[in-house]
Amino acid sequence: MTLQTRIRTIVGVFAIAFAVAFVTPAAAQSVNPTASSVNEEKLLKELNQISGRCTLPNQTACNIEIPANREWRDFQQVTLRWIAAISIVGVFALLVIFYLTRGMVKIESGRSGRTVTRFNGYERFVHWMTATCFIILALSGLNITFGKALLLPIMSPEAFTAISQWGKYFHNYLSFPFTIGTIMIFLMWIGGNIPNKTDIEWAKRGGGIVGKDHPPAYRFNGGQKMIYWIVVLGGAAVAISGYILMFPFYGTTVSGVQLAQIVHGIVAALFIAAMLGHIYIGTIGMEGAFEAMGSGEVDVNWAKEHHKLWLEEEMGKGSPRAKAQPAE
Amino acid sequence: MARMKFLCDADRCIECNACVTACKNEHEVPWGINRRRVVTINDGLPGERSVSMACMHCTDAPCAAVCPVNCFFTTADGVVLHSKDLCIGCGYCFYACPFGAPQYPRVGNFGSRGKMDKCTFCAGGPDPANTQANFTQYGTNRLAEGKLPLCAEMCSTKSLLAGDGDIIAKIYKERVAKRGYGSGAWGWKTAYRETIAG
Repeated sequence: MTLQTRIRTIVGVFAIAFAVAFVTPAAAQSVNPTASSVNEEKLLKELNQISGRCTLPNQTACNIEIPANREWRDFQQVTLRWIAAISIVGVFALLVIFYLTRGMVKIESGRSGRTVTRFNGYERFVHWMTATCFIILALSGLNITFGKALLLPIMSPEAFTAISQWGKYFHNYLSFPFTIGTIMIFLMWIGGNIPNKTDIEWAKRGGGIVGKDHPPAYRFNGGQKMIYWIVVLGGAAVAISGYILMFPFYGTTVSGVQLAQIVHGIVAALFIAAMLGHIYIGTIGMEGAFEAMGSGEVDVNWAKEHHKLWLEEEMGKGSPRAKAQPAE
Repeated sequence: MARMKFLCDADRCIECNACVTACKNEHEVPWGINRRRVVTINDGLPGERSVSMACMHCTDAPCAAVCPVNCFFTTADGVVLHSKDLCIGCGYCFYACPFGAPQYPRVGNFGSRGKMDKCTFCAGGPDPANTQANFTQYGTNRLAEGKLPLCAEMCSTKSLLAGDGDIIAKIYKERVAKRGYGSGAWGWKTAYRETIAG
């Protein structure tokens, strides 16, 4: 290779390099090499969340952002509080007004002194186990929703945390006896709680509570059947949604857990409101009613007025306690 | 007062995970908890981008709103912190967070999650002092020493920016103007209800 050709080659190489150097910036301006690059705003418009690949052991954490998660707070802090406050305070206020106007429903014919067994020991045990759990679950649940507005201002943050922490443990662990109790209630009283035509008659006559009437009823009247189904269906709803919250992310995502909390909160609030009515009529609302779950023995006259058809059934069976003593 | 923010320039992130490691080492974060993580989208495809994500220290933070015991607070610098002494480990903050930032040291069953842990913007906990007790709970308080978060400080490509929101937004805008493209300030609209033109 002569010197001349060598120089020619070098010049040629430089010429090509120059050409490339000059042409490339011009090409870059017309063809952006990152034109296919993702853009966050466009992605969010297309998708409701941005997820990808990550190297964490927890593969459910491979999200960049899920903006919709932010929206749950409005339900949790505003909607649920209104639903719960209106239903619970509303029912409580109605009961106060009702008590002041109607007063306690007395046994019209007075006590007979003779009793008939209404609920046996097993039934009362199941009722009170479920009821005790329910009250603690309700109070600890209300604390989660309303505690920081009602309790936190009147105590130290540490004391409030201690209460809430214990409340959380009680709420989680008492859910098991509550669920078992609800299932037992479902099984042991299903027989008397299938709606039938006596309930229509009962409802037409206002259940006897609105006026001074005593529509006939079997073991459970229309109102008690309503309470039964509220407990069974409401209990099932709070139990299922509650266990989703207690064992999160087994087959649910964050939005699934949020939905579970929405169901849990609404059903629990309405459940509490309904139970206020149940507690009212079982205590100060009606003379002789508490005994049914207290000692299990109700006065025959009470049974005659409120559960005429049931009493007739029991008498027919020859319930040992109610049966008239045979003459010696 | 400065309003502290994070900004990850995804066009610079090379998914080296140095931010994740720096954070874990600086604060001695327990196993299983990653206060920061790197997520890659379009992995192995044209347009692949990686984003380093942690708590974004939201304006009007949803975690603070849903907390049943009010254990969160926002510092004068706009950093969202929480008290582990008050946390009851209910998990609500995780449900409300758009970035999946809150994490719990134990498996979440039976309400036994333990105290929530998340990025503190290297600002420690309620007590600003760098004591051993505070370190064990929250990690170091670099902000109190005039230092910025270590994840951003150690970022090899200066993709992750941490500091006064106005300043890092200006840096990002200049970059976008100079190079002619930008995939956006990831998470800013969700966290701060504002965005930077990419």
